[in-house]
Amino acid sequence: MTSLTISNLHKNYGAVQVLKGINLHANDGEFIALVGPSGCGKSTLLAMIAGLETVTSGEIRIGDRLVNDVAPKDRDIAMVFQSYALYPTMTVRENITFGMESRNVPKAVQDAAVARVAAFLQIEPLLKRKPGQLSGGQRQRVAMGRALVRDPALFLFDEPLSNLDAKLRVEMRTEIKKLHQRVGKTTIYVTHDQVEAMTLSSRIAVMHQGEVQQFDEPQTIYDRPANMFVAGFMGSPAMNFIPVDITLANGKPEVVFPLADGSTATLALAGISAQNARSGAAILGVRPEHLSRHHAHEQYKPGSVVIAAPVEVVEPTGAETMAIMRIGGQEIIGRFAPDEAPKTGETLQLEIDMTHACLFDTASQQLI
Amino acid sequence: MVETLSIPSIERQDTGGVIKGRFGKFAVYAVLSLFAIYYLIPLFVVVLNSMRDLPEIAQNGLIAWPRSFRLDAWSNAWSHFCVGGTCKGMQGNFYNSLKMTIPATLFSTILGALNGYVLSKWRFRGSEVLFGLVTLGVFMPGQISLLPWSFLLGKVGLTNSTYGLILVHTIQGLSFTTLFCRNYYVNIPDDLIKAARIDGAGFWRIFHKIILPLSPPILIVTVIWQFTGIWNEYLFGVVFTSGQEQPITAALVALSTNGTNVRNYDVMSAAVLIGALPPLLIYLVGGKYFVRGLTQGAIK
Repeated sequence: MTSLTISNLHKNYGAVQVLKGINLHANDGEFIALVGPSGCGKSTLLAMIAGLETVTSGEIRIGDRLVNDVAPKDRDIAMVFQSYALYPTMTVRENITFGMESRNVPKAVQDAAVARVAAFLQIEPLLKRKPGQLSGGQRQRVAMGRALVRDPALFLFDEPLSNLDAKLRVEMRTEIKKLHQRVGKTTIYVTHDQVEAMTLSSRIAVMHQGEVQQFDEPQTIYDRPANMFVAGFMGSPAMNFIPVDITLANGKPEVVFPLADGSTATLALAGISAQNARSGAAILGVRPEHLSRHHAHEQYKPGSVVIAAPVEVVEPTGAETMAIMRIGGQEIIGRFAPDEAPKTGETLQLEIDMTHACLFDTASQQLI
Repeated sequence: MVETLSIPSIERQDTGGVIKGRFGKFAVYAVLSLFAIYYLIPLFVVVLNSMRDLPEIAQNGLIAWPRSFRLDAWSNAWSHFCVGGTCKGMQGNFYNSLKMTIPATLFSTILGALNGYVLSKWRFRGSEVLFGLVTLGVFMPGQISLLPWSFLLGKVGLTNSTYGLILVHTIQGLSFTTLFCRNYYVNIPDDLIKAARIDGAGFWRIFHKIILPLSPPILIVTVIWQFTGIWNEYLFGVVFTSGQEQPITAALVALSTNGTNVRNYDVMSAAVLIGALPPLLIYLVGGKYFVRGLTQGAIK
């Protein structure tokens, strides 16, 4: 039973505030991703959980134990580093047993543990090699082996996949997910890759400028981002933001915004946004996949609206085609199936699925 | 273009540049050979004189083609020659130098490695300033510390003693050894230390198991640098010791002022060569590691 509780955690370097009051709780066995752009404080937070950085104020508890001033080796944690941090002069076996050697674990126990982990990660043939003789993926496995062998209460990953090439990264991502499903240990995983965060974790903490912007399940973060930063950071291509005016004419909330030809579009809101809407200025957030081509003979889907949008650039990726269109003074990007994709120069009858749209407050940028 | 291709003996350089033409190559080698000969002439003269008859040297001068050949001067210089009333040659001073150089080299290297380890991997408030102060010693001429050392050695009773010189050279060498090791260890990724700390290793275990195994290139450089530097050092030796206690560099001077009017050029030559042999041997054995260690970049 190992949970992780972080309460009101601060970290200052001199006058610079790196973390400004972090609150997080990971339940036993949970996989938590810390995601955010460079410099958001996610790696500092991980280093503080590991005990490699001191706490300025606040609390870190592993289980029920306050570990603020506990040495890294006594926190019952294991960490996988971005650089793997394999000891270059030791063999793979020595790398894996170094922690047990340091703790005076009997040789027989060590051998059994190495055998178990090596079989688990399929690295038996590598045990006698030095890290310099391994490929990137193999080093990654050895680094995980070193973490697994001690059977710690808490796993920490610091951007473990960012040094791998794209194909291997996807493979290792699946490996890590399988690993977590089999081992079931509480895991904190730092990444700047929102796809990794979405695919791996049970909950995601999106961080920006030393604060947790939103801490929730992946789908909630994707569907109902707490603010415009989260909405823009999670998802690729990013969510479209359209400045609009909300009117409550006829008792039904509608958004009004200018179109490319000078006329205005009036779209009825739907779903949760419609319930929360108040009249005034706001930002409408629409994900690229909620834009589609409207076929003249089809009925509107419930909650959908159609506007005319001239297409400026088309970017096929094979599986799907991105199209950049202009509405009013603004570019928006849509994600289309290749056979539905518009042509450059075409004025598309663009169908917007308003049931999934989000509304943000213009001033505070918070979700309405 | 065609010409360079037609001369197979001209190899492409590592930089991709090609020295063009037969003449260019010849000129480069000619100039290099000339410099090499120029630098080696004094050594050559000394080697020849150590094997000539003293009367023959007196007759034909120091720089002349040898007309005699004998090795008496070598054994004379080593074990018989009289300096200041004792006739035991230079061997005592040679051993003094060994007794001084080996411990001082080891101590200063070990301490430099530890300093470098702390200053690169266990930084603390003010450690950068401290490192700056330590390296200041690199630029300080030895003469500046003569008086303080003489005062200190007098206080602790180590004047005219090899142990005193060991102390002086260990401390004087710390600036260099710390600089070398710190700059080398800075390139070892910090993640290794963090991983080891999580693995349960402490200060000494990390040094012993992770840092030291990565250190041979820089330790070889440091040892060669310190050994040659301390062996060849003259000022401290001649100021803080006298007679039987002097290292060989200081004793060589006494040799040239031995009281009689006869200048024993043959014995002096042999003695100088004996005094120069250890650093030369170290260089011949370790020279390539020295260059390799100095140019070694980051460990990845």
